[in-house]
Amino acid sequence: MIKATINGKQIEVKEGTTILEAARLVNMRIPVLCKHPDLEAGSGCGICIVKAKGIGKMLRACSTMVENNMDITTHDPEIVSVRRTVLELIMSNHPKDCLTCARNQDCELQRLCAEFGIREDYFPNILERHKYKYDNTTKTIVIDGRKCIACGRCVNVCQKHQNVWALSFQKRGIETALSPAGDITLNESPCVKCGQCSNHCPVGSIVEYDETQKVWEALNNKDKYCVAQIAPAVRVSVGEAFGYPIGSNLTGKLVSALKKLGFKAVFDTNMGADMTIIEEGNEFVKKFKAKDNLPLITSCCPAWVDYLEKFHPDMIGNFSSCKSPHEIVGVLAKTYYAQKNNIDPSKIVMVSIMPCTAKKYEISRSQEMFSSGQQDVDVSLTTRELARMIKQSGIDFKNIEDAEGDSVLGTYSGAGTIFGTTGGVMEAALRTAYHLITNKELADVEFKAVRGLKGIKDTVIDVDGTKVRVAIAHGLANVDALLKEIEAKRAKGEPSPYDFVEVMACEGGCVGGGGQPYGVTNELRKKRAAGLYKDDESQKARCSHLSPAVQTVYKEFVGEPLGEKAHKLFHNHYHKRKTYNK
Amino acid sequence: MAEVTTKPSIDLAAIADKWKGKDGSLIMILHTVQDALGYVPRETSLELSRLTGVPLARIYEVLTFYHFFKLTPPAKYQISVCHGTACYLKGASDLTKELHNITGVNEGETSEDGMYSVTALRCVGCCALAPVMLVNGRVYGGVKPADVKAILNEIMKEGAQNA
Repeated sequence: MIKATINGKQIEVKEGTTILEAARLVNMRIPVLCKHPDLEAGSGCGICIVKAKGIGKMLRACSTMVENNMDITTHDPEIVSVRRTVLELIMSNHPKDCLTCARNQDCELQRLCAEFGIREDYFPNILERHKYKYDNTTKTIVIDGRKCIACGRCVNVCQKHQNVWALSFQKRGIETALSPAGDITLNESPCVKCGQCSNHCPVGSIVEYDETQKVWEALNNKDKYCVAQIAPAVRVSVGEAFGYPIGSNLTGKLVSALKKLGFKAVFDTNMGADMTIIEEGNEFVKKFKAKDNLPLITSCCPAWVDYLEKFHPDMIGNFSSCKSPHEIVGVLAKTYYAQKNNIDPSKIVMVSIMPCTAKKYEISRSQEMFSSGQQDVDVSLTTRELARMIKQSGIDFKNIEDAEGDSVLGTYSGAGTIFGTTGGVMEAALRTAYHLITNKELADVEFKAVRGLKGIKDTVIDVDGTKVRVAIAHGLANVDALLKEIEAKRAKGEPSPYDFVEVMACEGGCVGGGGQPYGVTNELRKKRAAGLYKDDESQKARCSHLSPAVQTVYKEFVGEPLGEKAHKLFHNHYHKRKTYNK
Repeated sequence: MAEVTTKPSIDLAAIADKWKGKDGSLIMILHTVQDALGYVPRETSLELSRLTGVPLARIYEVLTFYHFFKLTPPAKYQISVCHGTACYLKGASDLTKELHNITGVNEGETSEDGMYSVTALRCVGCCALAPVMLVNGRVYGGVKPADVKAILNEIMKEGAQNA
C-alpha cells in the first residue's frame, strides 16, 4: 500500500492508483476532458493538473500514480487558473455554436466552461479546425471535425477497444485530425458503425446520424401506418434522459409514449429475440449434433456482422444465418401482422428504437432486409433520438400511465429481454437448447457463469450429461482475440475449443451500445444489465420456446423452425467485404 | 536529385521480411519505400498493411506525422525558396510570389500536372548569396523576381534535352 497526503488528508491506496482515482477518496473531483473511465489516460488536455510538494512542475492526475509520501494539492488559485487557461485555449479553437449542436446541454466541454464561468474569449478565436471535414457518409454516425478538441478518446476506443482502426491521428500539432487513414471518407474506411466513438466523444464532434425528422414526417403522413418496436436495452437506459435512477425498466412508459407520439401499434424487439432463439437454438442443436462447422457464432449485432465480413471472412461459415431480432419483428409486422389486420404492408412504416448506431446500417445492408417485399424496417432510431422526440412532443414521461405492447408481437419471455446485455443471447439460447436436446425443462433457468463484464467468458454447460462448451466476447478487441484462438486451432487442424460463441461489438453488449445515453461507464453498464435481469425474473415465461407469442406465431404463420417459410423470412447471407474502399 | 521518369518497382515483401519481428521497424520500411519511389503510394501502404499486419491507419499516422514522408509523387521541378533570415530580408517572399505568378503553385503545394512543387526551406548555408532559390537541388543565388522565369526556362530546356 502507498501512503500519501491529498489536500492535507492522509490516504492509503494500492500501488498503481492514479492521483485522479485517489482524489475521490477525499471527495475531491478533479476535472477531466481527455480521460474517460473506460479508457487509459492519453494525457492530452492538461486540465487535470495538480501540484505535489517538492516537484517543480504540475502533474497530470489522470496518468500520474500516487507515490509514497506524496503531498498532493488538487485545488488552489494557481491550479484553477491554469485549468481555466486550458479551457480558454481549447475554446480558441472550437466553434461556439452550442445552440445548434447535438450535444447542447450534454457536452463535457460546455459543462466545464459553465463551471469555470468562462465569459469571454481570452484568446482570439482562430478556428483552425474549421477547415476539417464534416463526414456523414456512413449514414449512422456523423463526424464534424470542426468541433474536435483532439482529446483522442474516439481513436483510443476505435483502435484499442474495438480493434477496427477506422479512426486515427492524422498529421500533427495544430493540424492534427482524428480521421480515417488518408483522404477518404469514414464509409470508405473499415468503420463498422458501432458508434462507440460517438459514445466516448466529450463534445459534439461525433454524434448519431439524426433521423427524427424522417420519423416525424411519417407520423404526420395520413397515408402511412406507423408502428414501432423497442429493443431490450432501450427500456433500461431511456430513463437516464428523464431523471430516473440508472437501470429503471420503463417498458410500459415507452409503449405509452410511442402511442402518444402517434404510432398505431407498438411491438417489442424482445419478441423478435425470442424468435431468433427458436431459429438459432434449432440451428445450434442441429450443428452441434452433427459436429458441423462448430462453433456456431451469434449474428444479432450488426457492427459485429460488418466486422466479421471485413476482418474474418474465413469464419463466415460459422455464422448463424438467423437475422437479428428487430429485423424479425420488422418482417413479421409487414407480413403476419399486416395480413391479420388487413393492412397494406406498403403503407406500414416500421421504426425500430435501438441502443445502436449500426442498426441504421443494418436495415438496408442486404437484399434479405427486404424479405417482406418491402424494406422490413424503415427507420432505426437510437435511444438518444427517441428521448429527444419524446421531449419535443411535450409528453410528461414521468407521469404518463403505463401501456402494454400490441398484438402477440408486443409480448415476450424473460429470455428475450436479456438479449440486451453481454451473455444474454447465450443464456437465452441455452435455456431453449437444453429443451431441444433433452426435451425437458430446466428447473433453474439462470446460467450465472455467462453473465458479467469480463471481456471473454468461457464455460462448459452440462446439458443432461452432454457438455456444451461456450464462449462469450464483447468489445471487438476481445472478440478478435477469441476468434484468433479459434482460427489458430483450425489452422493446426485441431477441433474448435468451443461449440457456441456469443459476440456483441460493444462492451457490456447493447446496454453499452453506441446509441445509448452519454456517459457510459462499467458501473452504468452493470446497472442497466441488472434492470434487464430483473425484467427477466418478473416474466412468467422465461424461455423463448415457452412464450405464448412465439408459439402462436409459429402455429398460425411460420410453421416449423428452420422450415421453408422461416428460411425465407428470418435468415440471412454474409459476404466478404473490403476493409478499405479506397 | 535524379528525376523520376519511369516508376521504379520495389520488392515490398522482401523489405517487409527484412524487418520482420523487429519492433518499431515500420518507419525503416517506409524510408526504404520512399528512397526507392520518391514517395509512399497508397497502394504500397495497403500492401504493406497486408504483409505486416500493421493497420493502414497506423501506417498513415506515421506517414502524416513526419513531414519527411510524401504521399504524392515528387514534382518534375522541385523548387525551394530559402526563407532563412538573410534571404527573408532580401526578398524571398517576392520570389515565392513570382513563382506563383508563373506556375500557379502556392508554397507547400504541387501543381496538378505534377510539373512544379514550391516549398519553403530554412537556410541553405550560403547567406552571402541571398536570396537563394533551389531547383531540383541546384542553387541559384542573388535571384531577383525578374530572373525566375529565365531560371525555370533554362532548367526545362535541359530537361527536354535529357529526355
